[in-house]
Amino acid sequence: MHRYIVKRLFQGVMLLIMVTTIVFVVGRLTGNPVDLILPEEASEQERQDMIETLGLDGPMHEQFFVFVANAVQGDLGWSIRYRQPATDVFFSRLPNTLMLLPAAMILAVVMAIPLGIISALRRGGATDRISGTIAVLGIATPNFWLGILLIYIFSVQLGWLPSARMGDWTHYVLPTVTLGTFLVAGFMRLIRSSMLEILESEFVKLARIKGLSETRVIWKHCLRNALIPVLSLWGVFMGGLVTGAIVTETVFAWPGIGRLTYEAVLFRDYPLLQAVIIMDAVLIVFINLVVDILYAYVDPRIRYT
Amino acid sequence: MRKLPWISFLVIGAMVFAALFAPWLTPYTPIEQSLPEKLLPPFWEAKGSTKYLLGTDIFGRDILTRLLHGAQVSLIVTGLSLLVGGGVGLAIGIVSGYIGGRVDAFLMRLVDAAFTFPSILFALLLAMTMGQGLGTLVAAIGLLLWAGFARVIRGEVLALKERDFIALAKVHGCSETRIMITHILPNVMNTFMVLVTLNVGIVIVAEASLSFLGAGVPPPTPSWGLMVAEGRGKISSAWWLSLIPGIAITLVVLAFNLFGDWLRDRLDPKLRQL
Repeated sequence: MHRYIVKRLFQGVMLLIMVTTIVFVVGRLTGNPVDLILPEEASEQERQDMIETLGLDGPMHEQFFVFVANAVQGDLGWSIRYRQPATDVFFSRLPNTLMLLPAAMILAVVMAIPLGIISALRRGGATDRISGTIAVLGIATPNFWLGILLIYIFSVQLGWLPSARMGDWTHYVLPTVTLGTFLVAGFMRLIRSSMLEILESEFVKLARIKGLSETRVIWKHCLRNALIPVLSLWGVFMGGLVTGAIVTETVFAWPGIGRLTYEAVLFRDYPLLQAVIIMDAVLIVFINLVVDILYAYVDPRIRYT
Repeated sequence: MRKLPWISFLVIGAMVFAALFAPWLTPYTPIEQSLPEKLLPPFWEAKGSTKYLLGTDIFGRDILTRLLHGAQVSLIVTGLSLLVGGGVGLAIGIVSGYIGGRVDAFLMRLVDAAFTFPSILFALLLAMTMGQGLGTLVAAIGLLLWAGFARVIRGEVLALKERDFIALAKVHGCSETRIMITHILPNVMNTFMVLVTLNVGIVIVAEASLSFLGAGVPPPTPSWGLMVAEGRGKISSAWWLSLIPGIAITLVVLAFNLFGDWLRDRLDPKLRQL
């Protein structure tokens, strides 16, 4: 178990090193990083100061060292637009995203588990066909357009739900559905296909021969195993969630880190974008590590290999 | 055997046709503005006219014309990104699988990392530092694709290199490079083609999303994602601006996905588990 966690932790650190390196290299591609880091109206003196603090007149490997040393200490530069440390801006927005992500995940779990199970049990039946269609459509519809479509139907036409910003629970409905749809589709397909496989396996036959009730066989013996692929593909879903959050928060003017990413691009705030990317990487590594530990708990085979 | 996906063929065919012949299909150009005729609804609405079948946008540009030309932009970006991203993935997959050992371990760690981290963030970073444009967009989407290709192709190569004809080639004195190019490559082409088709939908959505976020092809080039973005603020008064291009994206992605599923079952059923 310890070796497994250490291995995963090592992979997380590798990812952070990779992301930091790419951010550093891309920032130097255009020649003069000072133009990216400082606002256009910055004086010559400010430029010189910046060159000095970042060691930009030194060789590349020294610059990289300064960059990493600053990053490790949480100094990722000053946001041009907000005129404060970029990491502070990031943390002030983070809670709002952390309200939205779990909502989307809960929606996905609540929808996908029963639908996936029923689809597998009554293969080819009405539920299977309908949820299959939802899955295919959910994967083909781009997030941002789904959000706009939902706004058009539920805010503009029906006037039931608010279309933007945070507020009481009604403000959560549309962004949650927009962000959660691809998760619902993905989970549902995975659970269905692994359920189909598990229903054929020996231990399920044994459980039935032992005379266990069908409910117990399905919910206890099958579901626990059917959830394993969902957890093992979690990393991919997490990446999708971050991407989805950027688009969804943009559509719904949701003041989280996704919207912040969009603003950084819109206002050409390079230090902010750089900070968001690196902090996102930290966040992803952290969440994936938690899921990996959970995974080892659900699937004992992981712990001992 | 699954039925031929006729609807997919129809939609894809229509898109390719639109992309090839867009300039001759409509009397307008995608960028010419006509402010007096701005925000006209589609013809079936009360104020619509058959002069502009799907209405006009905030600058009085014909939506249908922009859709047809947008198909061209979409297909060019898709083709190039798949060539670049898929090509890199193919090369890495073959090398990683055939050489094995440390090279394989290192490359597969890279692939794992690429899967975990959302490449849209790098795409945005590239767009900001290198400026918007076709090259940046293709590089950004290529970044999104290579890992998926590399992982699947590597799996294929691992199985292939145990086969007798590879051993024979070695005995024959072929160099490693030669074996990879003339013996391995042709044998993974089926899988590669299936992966290409299965990824078209992903690329179209990625292109549209990046354009929507202001990091795709620069305006006034007609891109479907950009059209959705431009119409977003007018959703309560002019729904057609955003919803019509969105329908086009969804239809095309759906068509390519169904086509990809069909092709996979036909050419390479073992990829089913993906």
